[in-house]
Amino acid sequence: MSNVPVNNGRRRFLTAATAVVGGAGVVGAAVPFIASWNPSARAKAAGAPVEVNIGKIQPGQLIRAEWRGKPVYVVRRTEKTVSDLAKHDDQLRDPNSEKAQQPVYATNAYRSIKPEFLVALGVCTHLGCAPTHHGGDFDQFVEGVPNGFFCPCHGSKFDMAGRVFQGVPAPLNLVVPEHSFINDDTLLIGVAQGEA
Amino acid sequence: MLMKLFTDFMGWIDKRLPVTDAWNKHLAQYPAPKNFNFWYFFGSLAMLVLVNQILTGIWLTMNYEPSGEGAFASIEYIMRDVDFGWLLRYMHSTGASAFFVVVYMHMMRGLMYGSYQKPRELLWIFGMLIFLVLMAEAFMGYLLPWGNMSYWGAQVIISLFGAVPIIGDDLTLWIRGDYVISGATLNRFFALHVIAMPLVLVILVFLHILALHEVGSNNPEGVDIKKPKGSVKPEELSKFTFHKQYSEKYDIVDAVPFHPYYSVKDIMGVAGFLFLFCWVMFFAPEGGGYFMEAPNFTPANGLKTPEHIAPVWYFGPFYTILRVVPDKLLGAVAMFGAIVMLFALPWFDRGTVKSVRYRSKLHLVNLIQFAICFVVLGALGTMPATPTANLIGVIASFGYFGFFIALWFYSKNENTKPVPDRIAD
Amino acid sequence: MKKLIIAATVGILFSVTALVSLTAVASGPSIQLDKANNDLSDKESLKKGFKTYINYCLGCHQLQYQRYNRTFSDLGIEEADGVANYMYSGDKIGGHILNSMPEKEAAKWFGSAPPDLTLEARLRSPDWIYTYLRSFHIDESRPFGVNNTVFKDVGMPHVLQNLQGVSTLTVSKQLDDHGKEHEVSSLSPAMGGSLTAEEYDVVVRDLTNFLEYVGEPNKLERKALGYWVLAFLFFFFIISYFLKKEYWKDVH
Repeated sequence: MSNVPVNNGRRRFLTAATAVVGGAGVVGAAVPFIASWNPSARAKAAGAPVEVNIGKIQPGQLIRAEWRGKPVYVVRRTEKTVSDLAKHDDQLRDPNSEKAQQPVYATNAYRSIKPEFLVALGVCTHLGCAPTHHGGDFDQFVEGVPNGFFCPCHGSKFDMAGRVFQGVPAPLNLVVPEHSFINDDTLLIGVAQGEA
Repeated sequence: MLMKLFTDFMGWIDKRLPVTDAWNKHLAQYPAPKNFNFWYFFGSLAMLVLVNQILTGIWLTMNYEPSGEGAFASIEYIMRDVDFGWLLRYMHSTGASAFFVVVYMHMMRGLMYGSYQKPRELLWIFGMLIFLVLMAEAFMGYLLPWGNMSYWGAQVIISLFGAVPIIGDDLTLWIRGDYVISGATLNRFFALHVIAMPLVLVILVFLHILALHEVGSNNPEGVDIKKPKGSVKPEELSKFTFHKQYSEKYDIVDAVPFHPYYSVKDIMGVAGFLFLFCWVMFFAPEGGGYFMEAPNFTPANGLKTPEHIAPVWYFGPFYTILRVVPDKLLGAVAMFGAIVMLFALPWFDRGTVKSVRYRSKLHLVNLIQFAICFVVLGALGTMPATPTANLIGVIASFGYFGFFIALWFYSKNENTKPVPDRIAD
Repeated sequence: MKKLIIAATVGILFSVTALVSLTAVASGPSIQLDKANNDLSDKESLKKGFKTYINYCLGCHQLQYQRYNRTFSDLGIEEADGVANYMYSGDKIGGHILNSMPEKEAAKWFGSAPPDLTLEARLRSPDWIYTYLRSFHIDESRPFGVNNTVFKDVGMPHVLQNLQGVSTLTVSKQLDDHGKEHEVSSLSPAMGGSLTAEEYDVVVRDLTNFLEYVGEPNKLERKALGYWVLAFLFFFFIISYFLKKEYWKDVH
């Protein structure tokens, strides 16, 4: 490889210096190429927080919102549903929501800010299918639990706090996205409580 | 330890693919004349710009939308919404102009030092093919922003094919794929611009370099560094080792291995070039309206012609030749003829002395007048066609073609100076 | 060799200069544009220009490639302030600056649809916009009663008339040095506006400034980055120059 008569210290130093500076230049030149793969302003605008009118949701009813291209389930739980949540803790994988599948402010027994409203991504934590809501007839899947979500793809089951039951393929509870309430009738998905 | 690992690894590779041998043959033990001057930077710079165009081009296609409805807006999307999209786009648009600056300088070098003469005719032909494909590539690329100048520029150039007798109209219709330039035209140009032409370009560049390394590099003196085997005294042989492919057949004098001597020199050239390139790109990316023409900031509109349709500057010389001929068919013939002349240059020049340094005063004058005519033609191409401009254009066109004709006549018995046997220090 | 380069360079420079001056004469007198002298780094000016745009221009001319939130952050406008003072209700903050003018109808009303102005400053230059908006004059033969010396028979009314007032155009004949007669047109000072001529120029300058910004929102960022890149490349050139010199000691 070496085809030069001399290889003194000055030469070695200058070679190294040019290589280092040139290398830094290449790294610098790579920045725009790499950065251009970030979400663009258009993607960010499309992924902006979404306002949802929750004033007209009946108790027990589920509505779907879209945020960043994913379905978000918003359910107005009845008082009975909320109070029943604690009854089947022993059948769940993570009854106390110890895995970080929800913001800190929703890490509680009902996995939400207001006990009444469950806000969760309708994306099964197994392979990404959309679980279906079963209001009243969920006991066909889990005895004694009248309401819940059942994923038709591989049979994963979640309760009305989005917590996953044992013995199904899904490993984790449903994701609760960052959300907050602008007022009693308006839910904002994508912005944490206390921000914005 | 690490060194040993590397040697072992290269040994393993070399038994299967001659990487080290290729490295030596083409870089570390390639004999390059020791007297390359400023003009010899442009070959490596052309490679640099090619790489720039390919990389930024690939990245632009990630967000560009090749459709009549979406193209213009997608460019603005790249310029505004994509992180650093504006930089990628300016690198590509400035790179297009830089490509031609570099290639024209590279061609001028060939003219000055007779690098097209025997035995480098095929090397020159490959170079000319690269130039031709590059023009097609640039022309098609210029349609893609779908600005009004893109549209009307393409309209004018495609109409050229209408000059072909009998089939002309059908031919233009076939090229456009529609009765006007439309999304169909845009889509086929896009496909050719991003896949077909670059592929051909890369293959031609590969062949160009292969042909160069077969015959060896010329130099400003036009003196061959390969002497017949055994004709050079051992003490006068180069102190460097050259690959046996070269040294077995010839005695090599006045040469240095390309790497590291010309690689470090070319790195310096790259740094200098990039400085100028970035200066333009960051502070005048529109190139004063020559790299990006103002009417291109409004979307293509088939009902509204820009006041003055000018091709991008690098097509200027050929466009002027087209324009000054007062006949559609003959104009197109003259334009293509101008390029054919360049192809045939090795046969127009019947001389044996390569470098302008040792050729006649007449040749020097002829070469200078050619360079001036070329630049004048280029400048005229970007200006409105007035009677005065037309007159100058006619004169410059005669100068352009005259160069080749005159060369053919005087080069047979040219009054040249004695060419030295060796390259002086 | 040196002589060759010098001769060629001189020849080329000379001929191009001659050409440029020649065709400049040949292309004849064009409209004299006033210098806008706007300053892209002046955020107050940009904000005022933005406001003027929203109030007077947006009704007809969209900025379909420019987003509200981008504009707010580039101009230093708080989002809440922006939503309250610069946006029509119902528009999304991440959305483009659009109006609801139906394009087909608009083409009927004005002769041709009012163009999008996102790239107007790049298409025509800031000086053109600055001069154009100060060149309306009374012309009863036109549908809106005004014409423009920069854009003859433009299909646009003088939207800023209540600010500037309106000028009249006087055309007089003058003899030049060669005794040839020329038509010289001049605009009278505008009458009947709520602003003085100087105040009006500032309003137009701010608007021009804003349109130059919208034409290329990255312009300042681009130049700022450019200085760093050039400094780096200069440094790299110096090192590579010494490296080259060091190696070439072997040859010379």
